[in-house]
Formats: sequence, structure tokens, C-alpha cells
Amino acid sequence: MIARIAEWDELIRSDRVRGRLYRDPAVFRLELERIWYRTWVYVGHESEIPKPHDFVRKSIGLQPILMTRAQDGRVHLLLNRCTHRGNQLCAKEQGNAIHFTCPFHAWNFSSDGRLVGTAFPDGYEGLNKDEHGLGQVPRVASYKGFVFGSFAPDGPSLEEHLGGAAETLDRLVMTSPEGEIEVTAGFLKHRVKANWKFILENETDGYHPAFVHSSIFSVADSGIGSLYGAKSTALTRDYGNGHTELDLRPEFRKRDAPLSWFGTTPERLPDYVATMNKAYGDARAREIMIDGTPHVMIFPNLFIAEIQMFVIEPLGVEDSVQHVTALQFKGAPDLNRRMRQQTMGSVGPAGFLLADDSEMYERTQRGVQASDTDWIYLGRGEHRERRDSDGFLTGHATDEVPSRGIWRHYRTLMEQSA
Amino acid sequence: MMQVESKADLVHEISQFLFREARYADDHRYEEWEALWADDGVYWIPANGDDIDPDRQMSIIYDNRSRIGLRVRQLMTGKRHTQEPQSRLRRIVGDIELLKVEGREFHVACNTMIFESALRGDIIWASRNQFVLRRDGDDFKIARKKVALVNNGKAIFTLSFLV
Repeated sequence: MIARIAEWDELIRSDRVRGRLYRDPAVFRLELERIWYRTWVYVGHESEIPKPHDFVRKSIGLQPILMTRAQDGRVHLLLNRCTHRGNQLCAKEQGNAIHFTCPFHAWNFSSDGRLVGTAFPDGYEGLNKDEHGLGQVPRVASYKGFVFGSFAPDGPSLEEHLGGAAETLDRLVMTSPEGEIEVTAGFLKHRVKANWKFILENETDGYHPAFVHSSIFSVADSGIGSLYGAKSTALTRDYGNGHTELDLRPEFRKRDAPLSWFGTTPERLPDYVATMNKAYGDARAREIMIDGTPHVMIFPNLFIAEIQMFVIEPLGVEDSVQHVTALQFKGAPDLNRRMRQQTMGSVGPAGFLLADDSEMYERTQRGVQASDTDWIYLGRGEHRERRDSDGFLTGHATDEVPSRGIWRHYRTLMEQSA
Repeated sequence: MMQVESKADLVHEISQFLFREARYADDHRYEEWEALWADDGVYWIPANGDDIDPDRQMSIIYDNRSRIGLRVRQLMTGKRHTQEPQSRLRRIVGDIELLKVEGREFHVACNTMIFESALRGDIIWASRNQFVLRRDGDDFKIARKKVALVNNGKAIFTLSFLV
């Protein structure tokens, strides 16, 4: 077990980290305790459970979670574990249920987690049902419909945790004429034999696309490749608290063409453009449609990648799942259709992009089995990073500002013993 | 004019076509595999069930003909890292049934098991496949191929070969 700060200096420095951090089961166990079961973790979106008694199975770290909407409309994060003998309570992926009945001995729970009834109750004398409700994630909070949970009873609020990165979610929902996103298209679930942090760091790494994705850039004219070249004006940004962004707006503003961020034109999405103009006014709508949606990694597990969202789930030190779905913008059916089509092409197990990213995760996992005498070097662009007008560290699109920011925050969390 | 042939001959001919399609995929003969497709071909691998609506819900692959072509061209760049080195593959196509004949189109179902050996490790994939084959001279073209993976509701590893 790593306990002393002196040891952390041997593992994490400002511009380098040890491969051991990606492959040591003891490090993974400590991450569960100090990151996944402490900080705010993204769980699901409110639009996945629109009606009272809707539920969907989710997770936080290795723990099975039921995200439910109770009769009163409140969202609950319940532990999917019967309080009688620990049986998995609900095996269905999602649905609507006023009660969850355990198949083992028929204990019965309400959608807000209360124990409602036991089978053959005369076997229990004086059982206080209030003491046997389902486990609840102690803190649940939602931002723009994104539901997060924290196992720490106290600590920073969700808004404090999101900090400057909250603004990226504000920007995201503006792409909807109604100011809301929906998660309604189902998730592709892509498993990789790799540590979750390789995925986390790659999401805002602007250095790899020119190489990892050269095959698809060379055969499809997507306009993505130029965003990540040496001459790109796009920026990397570290919002603090582990949240990082690839800010592509400078490139899109240079193009000055609405919907160029999405590889299309207003002529091809006339209904969408008309509703946006009506909702925001022509001038503001034009700005929104030039800037596009953000490319932001909310630590530790929510990634908004312009047209889709990913949720990172760790299964073990070298085993992870990427859940991915097309973002759907309320009131924008023609945009949404193309979002789904493009998402299916680029991501998931057969995706033009993600199959190659995932190949890199797995190869790096094999790479770090090698001796720890060498560091993983994350120093790219350290000499040219600077503070932007909001005080956040930024750098060139291909610089490793995001990785350094992630590791800085990671170390802070991992050093806190209680 | 199409020759009148016995159902046994027809099933034999369809089977030979499916075996050829499987062999091209196993051997990464990308151009020959692509040439089997009709101009309006649709290649579909659903996720989270076999009968989802692919126009509303995410599929692992839902390619129209032009995207099938893009998939093949990407593989042929030699820089599709997940297929460099290429997976070693062998598949068994069995339980072939001719379900329905509609004019020049033949609705065919079969079961397939694929053994994949890749850098990641060895994986067995299993699926129920449904084809619509269209008569094309004395051969067929694929108008539709649906691959319903047995484990399409679970998290699956990268699936970057032609399945």
C-alpha cells in the first residue's frame, strides 16, 4: 500500500508518472476508496428515467447502483443489493417499477428505497423496517440533467467540484433550441483490457489523432484531422479538479461557418436552424452554431465528445468499459438523426475511431508491464502553457496540459487518507 | 431468365455463396468481400437486443452501402491499427435455412461461430445471421446482412474484422 507522500514523489511528478499506476492492483484498490467511493462520479442522465418509478441499472466504481425516480419525482441512487441477504435485487437493465421484489426471499422495496414488506412477516418480531431500507448513495446532485453521486457524506458540492467545467455543460445544452439534452438512443458498451486512466487521459489528448486516426482521416473527408495538426489554433485546457478540455472553438470561429463543427451546413438542417434562430435570435444562434458543442472530460468518468457522450466504468485494474451514446438535443430531430448516424460510424467496438483508440489503450497496458525504471513522459508543451483570462492553464491543441492536470488532481485525491 | 432449379440445388447454391462470403471475411480479402454487396446493401449489427429500431437506437454497425465501402477502404489503408496485425480468423457457418423467396430475393438465416485470435487474446463470437440475397446472373448480391451477436447486450471487446 502506498501511504507516504515521499512515495508519491516516486510515482507522480509534474511532467511524468510511473507505469505501475496503471497495473498495480493495490493502486486500483486505493483508487476505489479515494476516488470512486469519495469524489463526485457521473452516474446517469435524468432523461433516462423521465417518469415516476422509472429505473435504470448503473454503477459507481465496482458498486451496482439503481438510479430511480420516486413517486415525488426525486432521483435516488440506490445500492442494488437486498438488505436481507445481499442478493442482487434488480436484474433488469431498465424499466418502470413501483416496487422491487427480491427473488431470493421476496423482500419488497419502494422506488425510493424503503423496505415495504417482508414475506411471512410473523417470523420477524419488532423488525424496524426503517433500518432495513436499501443503501443509498449519500449525496446525489444533478447539473443540467447530469446526475452525479458521491459516497462521501460531506465534501465539496457538485458545483464546487465541477468548477469552471460547469460552463462547458452550459454550452452543451445550448445546442438544443430548448436548452436540454436527452439520453435516449441506448448505449454501446465497449470493453477494453486496459486501465481506466488510459481512457481518461486520451479523451482530451490532441496529440494522438493525427497518428491513431490517420486511416480514417485519409479515406473520409471529415474535417476533423486539421483540428489536431501542428498548426491548429485549438487549445487544451485544465479546469482544475481533474476536468480537462480540448477547446476547438478557435478553429471553428476561424471557419466562421455555422454547423461546420458537425461537418454539415445550415442548408442540410433547415428545421434545426429555424428553431435555433427562433429560440436564441439569429445573431446568438449563429454564434452557438459556429462554436459547436464542447470536447470535455469531467473527472473521473464523463466525457462529452461533441456529438456523443462516454461514461468510463472500471471493472478491474486492467479491465474497463466505455459506454457511449449519441447526444440527443431536445427539439432538434433532424440534428439528432445525423448525431446517431455519425456516432454509430465513429465509436463503439467497430467504430472507425474508437476501435483504434481502444487498440492503443490495450497496447499501452501491455507496454507498462515493462520495468518501472522508465517514466511515462507527459512534458509536451510545458514550456508554452499559460493562464487564460479565466485563470485556467491552457496550451496548444497537441500539448499534454490535460494529462498533467489530471495527474495533479489525482495525486491530491490519492494523498488524502480520510 | 432464371433457370428453374430444385430447392435442394438452390439451398446448395446459397450455401456455397455464404461459405465464400465467410472465407473472404476470414482471409481479409476486402475487395472481393465488398464486391459481394448490392448497390443498396445494408450491413447491420444491432446492440442491446436483436430487434431494436436501428433508426432510433445505437447499433454496433449500421452501414449503408457507401459506409460499407468506407469501412473496407479504412481497412485497406494499412493503418487501421486494430487490424494491424490482422486478426487470425476461422468461422463455421451452419444451420442454413432458406426462409422465404420474394421474386429475385432470397431470405436466408444461418448460425455462425467465429474464432478470433488477435493481440488482445482469443475470442469466440457467436451470432444468428440473416441475409437477403438478390439473384445477380448466376450469382447473388447481398442486399442485407444482419448479425445478431449472442452477447450484444453486454460489453464486448473491439470488433474490427469483417464479421
